[in-house]
Amino acid sequence: MHDHSKSSPLKTYFMVWGALLLGTFLTYEAALIDLGPFNPVVALAIATTKALLVALFFMHLKNASERLLKLVVASTIFFLMILLFLTMTDYISRPWTIAS
Amino acid sequence: MPTSSHDDIHNPALLHHFATEEQQKDASNLGMWIFLATEVMFFGGLFCAYLIYRHWYFGDFGAASKSIDALLGGINTAVLICSSLTVVLAIWAAQTSRRAIMLVMLALTMLFGLTFLGIKGKEYKDKFEEHHVPGATFSFEKVPIPGHPDQYANPQHAQIFFALYFVMTGLHALHMVVGLGIFSWLFWAAWKGRFTPEYYTPLEIGGLYWHFVDIVWIYLFPLLYLIDRHP
Repeated sequence: MHDHSKSSPLKTYFMVWGALLLGTFLTYEAALIDLGPFNPVVALAIATTKALLVALFFMHLKNASERLLKLVVASTIFFLMILLFLTMTDYISRPWTIAS
Repeated sequence: MPTSSHDDIHNPALLHHFATEEQQKDASNLGMWIFLATEVMFFGGLFCAYLIYRHWYFGDFGAASKSIDALLGGINTAVLICSSLTVVLAIWAAQTSRRAIMLVMLALTMLFGLTFLGIKGKEYKDKFEEHHVPGATFSFEKVPIPGHPDQYANPQHAQIFFALYFVMTGLHALHMVVGLGIFSWLFWAAWKGRFTPEYYTPLEIGGLYWHFVDIVWIYLFPLLYLIDRHP
């Protein structure tokens, strides 16, 4: 038997569940307030916090013993960031590409 | 014979090319995470397309986003979060030999999954009736841009938003359908008594898939439903 998470993990699971529901509610409420350019920032910050909670506690990344597995996850995020971030630097810095 | 593996030889779930149960489990997990990496890049291309067009046509995207029922999207987010909880509870039940709870949790997961698809169907139905589905009958005339009541959204640009909306939520819904298939099989296997505290890898692997689909939705909800909602 694998005793990675001694005692009962139930309390953690229900707390994470509550935090995720709260995050959903906050996302919705924050979208109704005018924060100017910070609306998407807040929305993505909450979404990323929620995604981290799911990955760490529900997908058991926090207790993962395999370092190779953590490397796979880190490189996934790294390559996704290359795709999104480098593409957007190009589009944002070249106003002449805007189709009007 | 190495004494350390003596016990494992008697475990029918341990395949002969693995040294220990732990190693077998880690290998399955790693394989699943690598598959999820390909899924991230799969969805990533769509998110990238979304970012570019949202950057170009922000006002039109805001107007189009406002036409979707955000409350339904929010309820669906909560439904998926509840389904993720029932998945971890099913795994916990398998780890602690609670067969009845495991079966109930697997059934609840599927019920939440079906609820999600039902609400999604209602949303799609509304969009069809409003002629917001890209194509020959698409219509998005005289819809003001949020924050600029004197300006109307460009229907061509709004159509791009709806194309992305349908492809992204549609691909996500397809993953939900596949997930329901996986969980039907898991339920059947659990019913047959395949899972024990020593061996419940399929539950864990299926759970990883389900949680991944949940994470995709966690991003889709604010990005598609809540672009420019404030009054």
